Amino acid sequence: MLDYVTSYLSSNTTPGQAGNVVWALIYILIVFAGVSIAVMAMNWLERKALAHFQIRLGPMRVGPHGLLQPIADAIKLLTKEDIIPENADRLVFWIAPLIILCASFAVYVVIPFGPTHAITDLNIGILFMLGVSSLSVLGVVMAGWASNSHYPLIGSLRSSAQMISYEVAMGMAVVSAILMTSLNRSGTGTLSMIGIVEAQQQQQIWYLFKFFPLGFIAFAIFAIAMVAETNRAPFDLPEAESELTAGFHTEYSGLRWSLFMLGEYAAMIAVSSIAVTLWLGGWLRPFPNALTGATWDLAFSLLPGFTFLVLAVVAWVGVIRMPKHSYFRMQTLGLAGFAVLLGLIGLVLFAPPVRDRIQDIFWFTAKVAFFMYMYIWYRATFPRYRFDQLMRVGWKVLLPVSLGVLIGTAVVGMVL
Amino acid sequence: MVPITTLHYLVVAAALFVLGVIGVLTRRNVVIVLMSIELILNAVNLNLVAFSRLWGLHGQIFAIFVITDAAAEAAVGLGILIAFFRNKETVNIDEVDLLKW
Amino acid sequence: MTPVATPFFFYFLAALTLLSAILVITQKNAVHSALALILGLLAQAGLYLMLYAPFVAGVQIILYAGGIMVLFLFVIMLVNLERSQKEEQFNRQWLVGSLAATALGGLLVAVFIKGKALFPTSSTQIAEASNTQQVGELLYGQYMFPFEIASLLLLVAIIGAVVMAKKRI
Repeated sequence: MLDYVTSYLSSNTTPGQAGNVVWALIYILIVFAGVSIAVMAMNWLERKALAHFQIRLGPMRVGPHGLLQPIADAIKLLTKEDIIPENADRLVFWIAPLIILCASFAVYVVIPFGPTHAITDLNIGILFMLGVSSLSVLGVVMAGWASNSHYPLIGSLRSSAQMISYEVAMGMAVVSAILMTSLNRSGTGTLSMIGIVEAQQQQQIWYLFKFFPLGFIAFAIFAIAMVAETNRAPFDLPEAESELTAGFHTEYSGLRWSLFMLGEYAAMIAVSSIAVTLWLGGWLRPFPNALTGATWDLAFSLLPGFTFLVLAVVAWVGVIRMPKHSYFRMQTLGLAGFAVLLGLIGLVLFAPPVRDRIQDIFWFTAKVAFFMYMYIWYRATFPRYRFDQLMRVGWKVLLPVSLGVLIGTAVVGMVL
Repeated sequence: MVPITTLHYLVVAAALFVLGVIGVLTRRNVVIVLMSIELILNAVNLNLVAFSRLWGLHGQIFAIFVITDAAAEAAVGLGILIAFFRNKETVNIDEVDLLKW
Repeated sequence: MTPVATPFFFYFLAALTLLSAILVITQKNAVHSALALILGLLAQAGLYLMLYAPFVAGVQIILYAGGIMVLFLFVIMLVNLERSQKEEQFNRQWLVGSLAATALGGLLVAVFIKGKALFPTSSTQIAEASNTQQVGELLYGQYMFPFEIASLLLLVAIIGAVVMAKKRI
């Protein structure tokens, strides 16, 4: 038994390929915990960043600078009363958030955080991700139907129509990126996620810059379609409060609504990971070929530690600027402790054994975090699309452009 | 345990087929009849893919074409259903008994 | 996977498929039937994976469970269901129909068992790693003509569905 567990450590593959169930379960637990923490951090960051975009402060009371706000939100949602509408179909009402949650989380099985840091590496990785993320449409439709009320029904019809419209453009953009993987030395492309990043490594170019501007347009199409796919601003008409009183999750309260929110944020992180893997080079550090050599490697490997040290300095500046009143003592102490914790993590990330292993995960997470910040930026900046404008963009603008990019990529790939 | 052979998959496919045929023959709701037709098509697909393991990939290609056909047929069938429902306000298949109304 | 797991997964997935098929044809509420069908389609995708057909499994999940069933759910939501739930669910010839279908099933199984000698016992092990490449080569090489015809069929189906469901042409 112990051999079964330790034999994986010497193999150089993902747990799924090594067939090791125990380590696969451990990886699944790590990913699940990581995504949950990321969702809570994203919740805090969204409220603070949105507030600062709108020249106000956001949550400041619950912890120092609102750092404990997500925990307060979670406790509030867990202790709320669970209301089920009168003539609602109870089975479907109960199952709808579970479907969205399972569909969003099942995508994480193939996301590659590093060359061997994935739960498994399916041969049809990208096909699996597209398919499973399209199952969340079913959850949305069922949520609106089971609520037995007008606003959720209209909201779910609009939301699901929007999601299936943008899935087509998304799929075309993905196919044009997959086409680029076939320009390998071996001559065959691959659908596996780790294979796509390794193809970018072999061809020594991020697919964002390949066949410029074709790769960039495909990336832009995917970036727009993924915002529409997750029902986020500016495509959030189905769940906008001023238009439809929260759309398909109007009648859900407490824990069920938090499942919807968890599923939505998890889906956001999942589709951002797809975009990072396909176009932004996954776990590869920036400029792997232009800036080679031991010194550049060392400089780039010091970046994770520096990031955390910078965050610790920012937190320490916040500590210094706290009002010197006895009421703020607890918050000052808490923020100081948080700054010290960040500094310690930064120092740990400077140590050479940790430094070498953390590189891939850090760069992947940094790129996904960039996408998360862009999501918040879009929400603060763009006005909402009206529904007919939304559908027009999806079918009449994105789909022809994505078809053109696909044909262009195929022709240029054959010619060059 | 008995190793799983092709025969096991064929029996599952036959059972699915029978259940689909029962659904088509006995239910009154048009939507459920259409869903039973999808069950029949799935049984055929399972049969094709089970045999393709023995005799090459042609079975899988055929299965892909069957899935495409099922999508087209479901779309047109549901369109007919909507057109019919708009006129007669019922989804009972026993009421579809006039050639022209 | 170890040899112990394969029969377990097969029986589990097969039982799930058949159970969901039974639920599809017996449920009174059409939405519950659609949910059961989705479960059956996903279990069938698992069976395809066991048959070394990952591409067909992926296509099944994307198209069937994620596309066709969404279409079904939309239409179920559009047609009025409360009245149909109070009506008779099974028509008058349910017994004869079931018996005839079961007889057909018995005939099929008898054919399988009698003709077992005709199947090759050893399966040509299809390499799973290159399944998508081989399917692609066949689809765009030998089966190019059916591929184009299928796309034409889908175009006709789209136009037909739009014309059928419009209120005024």
